[in-house]
Amino acid sequence: MAEIAPVPEKAPVIEDVRLKAPEVSLERAAKLGGVAGIVAVFVSANGMVQAFAERDIISGVLSMGYTLLFLVPLIMAYLAAREPPVLEGFEAPEKGPRNVLAGLIVGALTGLIMAIFVLVASAVDMRRVFINISPQLLELLTFGQGMGGLVFLVGGCLLTGAVGGLMQLAEGRWRRALWGALAWTLLIGLLEVIVAQLFRGLGLGFLSPLFYAGTGGLTPLGTAVVFVLAFLYYWSVVPKVDMWQRRYAHMPAERQRSVRLSLTVAAVLLVAILPQVLGPFVSEVLDLVGIFLLMGLGLNIVVGFAGLLDLGYVAFFAVGAYTTAILTSPASPRWSPEMSFWAALPFVILAAALAGIIVGTPVLRMRGDYLAIVTLGFGEIARLLLLSDWLRPVFGGAQGILKIPTLSIGPIVFRTPVDMFYPIVGFCLVAAYISWKLKNSRIGRAWMAMREDEQVAEAMGVDIVEIKLKAFIVGAVIASFGGALFATKIGSVFPHSFSLLVSITVLVLIIVGGLGNIPGVVVGTLALVGLPELLREFQEYRLLAYGVLLILMMLYRPEGLLPSKQWVRELHEEELMQDAWLKMEEDRRRAQAQAAQGDLPARPEEA
Amino acid sequence: MSTRRLATVTIFMVMVLILAACVGRRQAFECDDPIGCVEVPPGEPIKIAALQAISGAVASLGTDQVRGVEIAIDDRGGELLGHPIDLTVEDDLCSAEGGTTGAQKIVSDPQVIGIIGTSCSGAAVPASQIMSEAGLVMISGSNTSPFLTSLGGEKGNAWQPGYFRTAHNDEVQGAAAANFAYNELGVRKAASIHDGDPYTQGLAMVFNQVFEELGGEIVMATAVNKGDTDMRPVLTSIAAAGAELVFFPIFQPEGDFIVLQSKEIEGFEGVYLMGADGLLSDTFVESVGEQGKGMYFSGPASPEGPEYDEFVRKYEEKYGEKPIQAFHAHAYDAANMLFKAIEETAVVQDDGTVYILRQKLRDYLYNLKNFQGLTGTLSCNEFGDCADPKITVVRLDDPAAGIEGLRKNVVFVYEP
Amino acid sequence: MQRALPQQISDRFNFAAGVIWALRVIVAAIVVWGAVSTLTSGFYSASQWRDLFIFGLAQGGVYALIALGYTMVYGILGFINFAHGEVFMSGMMIGYFVADYLNEAGMWNGNPVLALLIVLVVSMLTSTGVAVLVERIAYRPLRESPRIVPLITSIGASFFIQYAFRGLFGAGVKSYPRMEALQGAITVLGVRILKVHVLVIVAVFIMMGLLYWFVEKTRMGKAIRAVAEDKEIAALMGVDIDRAIVMTFAIGGMMAGAAGLLYALVFNQVFFFSGFLPGIKAFTAAVLGGIGNIVGAMLGGIVLGIVESVGPILILSGLGIPAPHQLKDVVAFTVLVLVLIFRPKGLLGERLAEERD
Repeated sequence: MAEIAPVPEKAPVIEDVRLKAPEVSLERAAKLGGVAGIVAVFVSANGMVQAFAERDIISGVLSMGYTLLFLVPLIMAYLAAREPPVLEGFEAPEKGPRNVLAGLIVGALTGLIMAIFVLVASAVDMRRVFINISPQLLELLTFGQGMGGLVFLVGGCLLTGAVGGLMQLAEGRWRRALWGALAWTLLIGLLEVIVAQLFRGLGLGFLSPLFYAGTGGLTPLGTAVVFVLAFLYYWSVVPKVDMWQRRYAHMPAERQRSVRLSLTVAAVLLVAILPQVLGPFVSEVLDLVGIFLLMGLGLNIVVGFAGLLDLGYVAFFAVGAYTTAILTSPASPRWSPEMSFWAALPFVILAAALAGIIVGTPVLRMRGDYLAIVTLGFGEIARLLLLSDWLRPVFGGAQGILKIPTLSIGPIVFRTPVDMFYPIVGFCLVAAYISWKLKNSRIGRAWMAMREDEQVAEAMGVDIVEIKLKAFIVGAVIASFGGALFATKIGSVFPHSFSLLVSITVLVLIIVGGLGNIPGVVVGTLALVGLPELLREFQEYRLLAYGVLLILMMLYRPEGLLPSKQWVRELHEEELMQDAWLKMEEDRRRAQAQAAQGDLPARPEEA
Repeated sequence: MSTRRLATVTIFMVMVLILAACVGRRQAFECDDPIGCVEVPPGEPIKIAALQAISGAVASLGTDQVRGVEIAIDDRGGELLGHPIDLTVEDDLCSAEGGTTGAQKIVSDPQVIGIIGTSCSGAAVPASQIMSEAGLVMISGSNTSPFLTSLGGEKGNAWQPGYFRTAHNDEVQGAAAANFAYNELGVRKAASIHDGDPYTQGLAMVFNQVFEELGGEIVMATAVNKGDTDMRPVLTSIAAAGAELVFFPIFQPEGDFIVLQSKEIEGFEGVYLMGADGLLSDTFVESVGEQGKGMYFSGPASPEGPEYDEFVRKYEEKYGEKPIQAFHAHAYDAANMLFKAIEETAVVQDDGTVYILRQKLRDYLYNLKNFQGLTGTLSCNEFGDCADPKITVVRLDDPAAGIEGLRKNVVFVYEP
Repeated sequence: MQRALPQQISDRFNFAAGVIWALRVIVAAIVVWGAVSTLTSGFYSASQWRDLFIFGLAQGGVYALIALGYTMVYGILGFINFAHGEVFMSGMMIGYFVADYLNEAGMWNGNPVLALLIVLVVSMLTSTGVAVLVERIAYRPLRESPRIVPLITSIGASFFIQYAFRGLFGAGVKSYPRMEALQGAITVLGVRILKVHVLVIVAVFIMMGLLYWFVEKTRMGKAIRAVAEDKEIAALMGVDIDRAIVMTFAIGGMMAGAAGLLYALVFNQVFFFSGFLPGIKAFTAAVLGGIGNIVGAMLGGIVLGIVESVGPILILSGLGIPAPHQLKDVVAFTVLVLVLIFRPKGLLGERLAEERD
């Protein structure tokens, strides 16, 4: 790939040799329409439409089930109506009825496939195989109107398809504002618990009945208000962010510092007040987010910095939790020294470091994939030993260890989830500080060198054994903090809390957030731990959504939500190459065009 | 920290003001209850919650109970003391974390009076603590762990004031199974298998203990894991140990594997198989079929009589299927106990405002005696155990008759 | 592919080497002590040991068939296809509906051989279809990405397939109908062995033999090995890379589908989560044998099955540990760790293609 010719430095520039932009492909629209139809059938057949039929987004008007169903043609039509990406040297595409047509095709196909599905399902009883294709589902899909209701179904699909296509016609700013408003309305409709609590916390409790109907879902008035507010936000505030950033970049260093300082102060204040305003339930969720965040930060060191793929990270979490439980609980089965949390903490760290060495030593000579399965094995071994009858005299077996005292510092007792928020944030800050410090230190650079190429790093004088063990130890200690806080927060530990799913969740959240980047871990945790907890009624479909999210994320944004620069570079190497190649081709073509025209830089006609 | 205190103080003051405003407006009702009162103004609902496992592998356990509660509400026409009853359903995920978040979510609404739940004992440990501190009562239809109430006549480790249950303490069922094995079947050498679930492990432990106290010998107390499929090695061990009976109070599908594979093990002929209520389900009977003939099951006495038949009729009418698990009646009773206690202790004002006194409610439940429910006559003791202590053992003779036939084929009744 | 660390730097492993040596001695002592005390206690008869061994062999054979899918995909693409356990489950699940139908039509016990063949074909086709679909949608666009990316995708695909099946077909446990012809045991060379185990062991060996022949002798097999060796050079030699990769997934799927039916015959049950644990175990087996190595996967599967069946009783009960069966997976994973400590590339080393170096 080294043969890429350098871009000619002084290529004669002819501004106006432009090719007509490729049109919106109707063939692609038909394909996406087929996909949309299949997805819609899937959403119906696996029970989601029916399960959420009684969960209203807009009270009495629109249920979550229908929303899910019609979002499919809407999004697909939007995608189908989008023009192919514009390469340099092509004209900006013209918007027109063709976009809407593409949307309509998607809508029509979705409607058609759904109609066939309904007809087949009502003719043949498939319930023995597909348990969710029930008469109730068919009734929902036909809007309770018998087969005549199919008109509504197909009509709805066509309508949403057309809307999806029309959205493409809207100018960029409009489009963004519309999507933003739509998303926020959905979210606010779903998050009634938090929003109502927020109103109450701010002393605005009287607002709740205006927004929410009380039986789930927004009132029509509330919907309108939320939609308009969100629209205005995206319309007027979001476009300015860019400008503010630019303005910040041009500020003198002095001012930059003061801006940064005031932002930090604002953030600290916000975090300090947040749980007070949000009340115990949301604080509980935030606590959980904090604990997973701790683990994420720890695993980020092991996987993100050092490149050691650990699938058994939960083992260290368990070590922290059980060490705390044994040392602090009066109900600990064998020894119960009944220490305080803080007195136990050094032992927790010690135990975690030891666990890090135990896991780290045998895997010193293993690379990538072997590491994955062996650490996974260690995670399972830890859980099974905690559960076993053999070690029940120490760990309590399946009955766990109860009566773990609540956390306290001197006279301050952290009893409620609102209280617990502060120590958890404290530990998170410590962990974030540690990982930030380490990242920019000698050992951090050694880890990254090892991640890139172990042998080269070794040859450069990096002591692989030492830094590998250190990565495991640091990661283990941070996870054990999470475990210790978890134990004292819940007040009891059971082996079932330390399953493989925890390891996978933590791994997934750092990858979705952005590998190697600390703010990314925060975003990932909020999205993957916080949101599902708040949307508890979706529990049933949580892992399904996880799966889809992971696949789509890896396909379309593998660097995560907030990636580190290095990781982006690594992932998009190929694309950067391609861009360079395209540019080269483009230049050659221009040069040819120029040659064909003689040396006259004449203004060519529209091609 | 000072910001935080400031915020707390501000919020506190606002709340005091609001409270003062409220108190000033209404007529004089002085709440002298040590843990507080709930005021339900006219037209407002009386709020209760259900904290049950409604997702995951154990979803049927919780769903069944939620339905029981819903029928109890329907039976009262959805009203209590002239107020509509509002039921919130939360998921306990059958885990300690799930119980914690679910309970926090419930108690964050100060109007909630009581909880019917949890489904799983592991979830109940933190949940009962949270609800207890918030002043609620909680009645479970399926927690059986002795820790939650009493263990050997003493307060369990996870006991919390305000926690009740209509399900049996494992101590009762374990003892019933051991008694049946030793006295009725005349078995002297038994083995037990649990699957690492707190419920099954606790039950197996009690069984082992009581069986040995009776003079029998536990030749092997072993365990498998959830998700295991090949039970032949463990069954080979048990055969080698010379057990005459295996007690395995576990769930599906592991229980099915034990029954089906036991027929293939040499030296397992003539060994009694005994499960518990975890396997008393339609799918189990269907799955083991003829191979399960002669197997015993211990479990709480199945509710019967015209009232229960009426209940089942309503259940089928409302949900389109037969009761899917064994605890719907327990949950129904739990809900009715709560409603009765509210009716008996609440203070009703002339304008229809209802005051519910939280401690008085608890005291009433602790002193509840001879409450007639679907599951028998319930009386609560000082630890919160309210179940009618009647355990039956049934035998599978005719798999074709399904779960109904099995439940009716009672071979032993245990009442301590 | 990266190699293990070169010899000249091994002196840096002094500390690690010391620990590992100590570990060897301790492990050997524990194993010998446990085994000797179990055997001398005479608790289990010789025929029981033989039974345990055969149970393990049958279970291991199924692991081996699933492991082949992991190992071939790893060999050719260099990443772990976590969704392979679900590929296995999907064949088993769809096979159930066909078996149930056949049973109702009276064919399941009326003409068991034909019924089994029909279910086998359906199960293999389903698994193959799912495997190829997953490759097309989730892996092909990511072929040039760092290895962790398709790994994460495969975790996502695994969740998706599990919960999609759960949504579509319900969460309940589904029981395969019983096949009367496979009940009971027969005696082979004086050894009592269950009929269903005979079927499994024979079928597993036939499948493995076929696979070995395919990979070693046919044109397509050679193409697959060439791609595993070096994609670019294989492409230059005229091998259609996409086709070879799809073929790999298809073969892995077929093996998993067959394993699904065998598994269902032995255990009679399937539900949406049935693929997860066997998947993890098969993955372990693949690594145990040396990932990317077909013979290794077969060996790894069988060793793992036997270790799970015999290990807990032989070693743990001799040490006086209660409820040894609960620790079955602890034993299995410990064996994995130990094998990898002593032989970092698995029992037979990793290579889908011919040996090189």
